[in-house]
Amino acid sequence: MAELDTSGGGKKDGGKVRSKKSSTRVDLTAMVYLAFLLITFFILTTTLQKPKAMDLTMPDKDEVTKQQLPVPATRTMTVLLGKNNKVEWYIGLPDNPITAPSVTGFGKNGIRQALFDKGKEILAASGKPMIVLIKPSDKSTYNDMVTIMDELNIVNNQQRAIVDITQIDIQLLKRDQIY
Amino acid sequence: MARAKVARKSTAIDMTAMCDVAFLLLTFFILSAKPKVQDPVHADIPASTTIQVLPEKDFSSLLVAQGKVFFSVEGADIRMETLKGMADQYQLTFTPEELKQFASLESVGVPIASLKGYLAMNNQERSKVALTGVPVDTTDTNELFWWVKNARKADKLVHNAELKIAIKGDSKEEYPTIAKIIKTLQKQKVNKFGLITSLRTVAK
Repeated sequence: MAELDTSGGGKKDGGKVRSKKSSTRVDLTAMVYLAFLLITFFILTTTLQKPKAMDLTMPDKDEVTKQQLPVPATRTMTVLLGKNNKVEWYIGLPDNPITAPSVTGFGKNGIRQALFDKGKEILAASGKPMIVLIKPSDKSTYNDMVTIMDELNIVNNQQRAIVDITQIDIQLLKRDQIY
Repeated sequence: MARAKVARKSTAIDMTAMCDVAFLLLTFFILSAKPKVQDPVHADIPASTTIQVLPEKDFSSLLVAQGKVFFSVEGADIRMETLKGMADQYQLTFTPEELKQFASLESVGVPIASLKGYLAMNNQERSKVALTGVPVDTTDTNELFWWVKNARKADKLVHNAELKIAIKGDSKEEYPTIAKIIKTLQKQKVNKFGLITSLRTVAK
């Protein structure tokens, strides 16, 4: 393809002088390389960078239609978000917890383990799923909130809510030095 | 015996068709790609295992970083309608020229009072302005509240669709800032919204 017609267009036995006929074909190999390189670049930069959105549903704060169901303390786990990516969780009421508050971190061996184990326990005991209340303190970061929601998604918990932190919970966090 | 002669063929292949296909694909990818929008402030978004992709239209995002909030909404037509709503709200008048300028603006990062001056600038001047973000506080009627409200109204009017709102926050952002925004959204009964995250693989 890339061959150049090198045969001379000269005279042949004193015949007519003919103009040289060069091939019109161009070598496209390099062009194909370039095109595929660009395609690869565009595919990698567009599809791999798509941000994802996690859905977050907040409890309705409407005062008029206040028809909240009472939450049984026995199957309610409260997760407090403290500083330095630490969390504290307990089951039941803060002043009379069924499972005593304990401080842990995020990740597989941290809160996920607790969510998973307790969720199973409560489901076995009451036949109903565990309710998780998340109380982010002022010292926690946005990342903590997203991570805890994600952990709940991983353990497949459907009943959760982000609620305002109370004074008693702040006291608890202060006691354990994560506030 | 005469040896059978194998015909010598050229090893060169015709690349024309391949080249055509390659460029066709290239054109497709370039045209379908959306240019990456430059955020006014850098936000290091947290990772999650969610695989739900963001909607392309009828979508508004609130960028939160360094304690500031930037409001943006998809679609030039909706942006224009939103500004008209805002103008009514704050008794301001915007010229058609300013409306057009606003429609091409990616995000709002200045208080409504100084928006007029900001629109009058050219791109170079704009990049020098220190953006303060949309004012947001705990009162019932902060500016962010009205931006979101008017954007939702505009989307309903233009596309007859429900505007989806997502928060794009910096991982290190302190929770009180996020809480303020969530409160603002809940005041207009937006109880469901998205949190923009990057993809993380779950550690088993």
